[in-house]
Amino acid sequence: MRYIIKKTGVLLVTLLVISLLAFLAFQIIPGDPTARLLGTDYTPERAESLREELGLTGNVFVRYWKWLSGFVTGDMGTSYSYSMPVSEVIEGKVAVTAALSLMAWLMVMAISIPLGITLARYQGSRADRAFVAMNQVFMAIPPFFLGILFTYLFGLVLNLFVPGAFVSFSDSFWGCLGYLVFPALAIAIPKAAMVTKLLRSSILAQMNQDYVRTAYSRGNSRWGVIRGHVLRNALLPVVTFLAMTLADIVAGSIIVEQVFALPGLGRLLLSSISNRDYPVVQCIVVLISFVVVFMNYLSDIVTQYIDPRVRLS
Amino acid sequence: MIPSRQNKTLRAGAIITATMLLIIIIGVFWTPYEPNAMDGSAKLQDPSLAHLLGTDNFGRDIFSRVVEGAGATFAIAAATVAIGLVAGMIIGGLTGYYGGWLDEVLMRICDAIAAFPSILLALVLIALFGSGRYKIILALGILFIPSFARIVRSEVVKQKSMDYVRNAKLMGVGDMRILFVHIMPNIVPVLLSTVAIGFNNAVLAEASMSYLGVGVQPPDASLGRMLSEAQTYLMSAPWYALSVGLAIVLLVLGFGLLSDGLGGRYDA
Amino acid sequence: MMLELRDLRVKFLSTGRQAVDSVSLAMAPGERLGLVGESGSGKTVTAMAISGLIERSGVELSGQVLFEGRNLLSCPRQELRAVQGRDIGVVFQEPMTSLNPLMKVGRQVEEALRLHTDLSPQERKALDLESMEQVGLPEPPVAYEKYPHQLSGGQRQRAMIAAAMVIHPKLLICDEPTTALDVTVQAQILTLLGNISRQYGVGILLISHDLSVVRRLCESVAVMYRGQIVERGRTEDVFQNPQDEYTRRLIAAIPTRKRHE
Repeated sequence: MRYIIKKTGVLLVTLLVISLLAFLAFQIIPGDPTARLLGTDYTPERAESLREELGLTGNVFVRYWKWLSGFVTGDMGTSYSYSMPVSEVIEGKVAVTAALSLMAWLMVMAISIPLGITLARYQGSRADRAFVAMNQVFMAIPPFFLGILFTYLFGLVLNLFVPGAFVSFSDSFWGCLGYLVFPALAIAIPKAAMVTKLLRSSILAQMNQDYVRTAYSRGNSRWGVIRGHVLRNALLPVVTFLAMTLADIVAGSIIVEQVFALPGLGRLLLSSISNRDYPVVQCIVVLISFVVVFMNYLSDIVTQYIDPRVRLS
Repeated sequence: MIPSRQNKTLRAGAIITATMLLIIIIGVFWTPYEPNAMDGSAKLQDPSLAHLLGTDNFGRDIFSRVVEGAGATFAIAAATVAIGLVAGMIIGGLTGYYGGWLDEVLMRICDAIAAFPSILLALVLIALFGSGRYKIILALGILFIPSFARIVRSEVVKQKSMDYVRNAKLMGVGDMRILFVHIMPNIVPVLLSTVAIGFNNAVLAEASMSYLGVGVQPPDASLGRMLSEAQTYLMSAPWYALSVGLAIVLLVLGFGLLSDGLGGRYDA
Repeated sequence: MMLELRDLRVKFLSTGRQAVDSVSLAMAPGERLGLVGESGSGKTVTAMAISGLIERSGVELSGQVLFEGRNLLSCPRQELRAVQGRDIGVVFQEPMTSLNPLMKVGRQVEEALRLHTDLSPQERKALDLESMEQVGLPEPPVAYEKYPHQLSGGQRQRAMIAAAMVIHPKLLICDEPTTALDVTVQAQILTLLGNISRQYGVGILLISHDLSVVRRLCESVAVMYRGQIVERGRTEDVFQNPQDEYTRRLIAAIPTRKRHE
């Protein structure tokens, strides 16, 4: 319990630091947004009042505090290019990216955990060697290329989905999930290959431990040793990696959204970068950063649940 | 029994990378067609003897374009890795050698940066710097510094307490000379594997950024940019996207295998 | 004879080293036999061959390991596993690393029961607590819930013994069971092993580099040198009147104080 409280404290401090860094990063960008926003209507007076309105005046830390207190209460500022609250701009997009990332993450686990265990169980077999070699290739395929391959194969040749015809949540829940399957798979496969490799070698490393010999001496089969003794130990590094993987997947979905023309955070982020719509960029960056930090926090908690040694020290 | 597998990995990586590099180098001096030469009479042709990978919608030879794109991507990756490596060696070397509070702080920052998805950080830097060939090199180069610095630092810390360093100190050799002339050559084996994985990541990152349209800008070539272009013609010329993608995969795979093979050999 | 080795040879394929070179040895039920030799003499490899813990694919094995008449080297794995843990228990040198760090001590102690019997969880736990009580673990119900890192070195070794003894095997192979422990704890563990052996009639094969340890526990001893047995006899006879030159050197190497204990 004390461990959790301590970690939660660290989490909050980290979130503060990151939000401050993100805020500062977008303060040092040269250029005055008001000039572009006002266009031909530009007068120094109007610019000044607009700056006031956008919260661009005053001490940088005061502005940070205003922005932060707004952020936690859901007021994330106003988008330059849409002229509406950032929260409204990102609302529907968050759901798409979250659904895509979660689906991909679940796929990574559903593929890699059984596969990694099975390969370790039959280590050295022909299937094991074939998969280990193939794994390297899958790790090298960028998700966006895999997405293009899927678009061609499943979309254009097999007609399993219509590329570009995204079905939104509000129209059809299942239709939307169905459209997300291939993008999610494109993100998941290279990651799953990495996790499979990690889990397999983690199990094999544990197989050389003394306690495994003890387990064999009691009459366990190889499978019994893996299932009953090794797996829990071998999962420790994998848990940490899986947590980081979710953050990677959220970031990676930015690219795959582009491939499948998904209206998610990624496409919004890209258009906001090219439109120099910094309130939106800042908000998305902070949101994704929070996911990263929170997943690290979660992996610490899960690790200490698995490992009694951490729990007590 | 383990070494033999790693040797195989290393050999496969070396063969793939060497082949790709050979094609790229030849491509600098000669390609079957001028990569940007359009031929209205030969649009969207299927692969043939005249055009190994067919032609695109302007009648340009896809093989020549892929070779040029691979060269551009490789050059960007090399520049990126060079920035990360040199800066990483200086920062990691100095902090590892001298230690102290600055070392603590810098390494904490490196750890924190390493925890973030590199795509996100790259996009933030591009939002700050703007896009284009040199800006993407700068952005990715900066992103690569922490990983190099961390590895160099931990190796320098290991070497620092060894006898040859103590002897050099006793003989009055200057700190900088010890660090860069005596210690650095000893960590080259470890750095080789790191450089290989750096190339792997740099090719992926450049291709990703350029695919998204925030990396290399027209008219500069790059595999990522070509892939996004090729996606438009997926229906009429699938081999275009396929061959560009395959070039990316081969580059990434080659360096990945190299790093795996080298890492296994020297980390043991 | 309970256990009989006939012309056992073990050669490691990776290094080509002949670790065990024609060892023949017999043990009666309930006998406490010490197998002594320096590191690399082949004593541990011999013990691992008996307990079936040598990876068969990594070595060239020949000869026979007869346990109650069944050759453990050639029987199917399934049969071997039925003997492992059920009839032959093993106690290893490093109690810290030999216990699973992420599993409660109680569950490790009763694993042999889970694998080899059809007892209910309640029955298993009862036997488990009884076994922990016998090896002198304080407050067995508390120890049951603990993890290995929460026990002291001596307690861990007691837990290892409890785990091997919970199902009352016929043979207990102890591979340097006291080497990693403090001197006072060493004596306690040796006394415990002696008591258990006498109480249940379980045979003990003690692997040790230390003749004085063997002398405290075993009535008979076999001395190994370079993969071969150079001397075999009653412990006292060997001590008083060693026949082999190597045995003499081993005895001479024991500190005087210990020699007259």
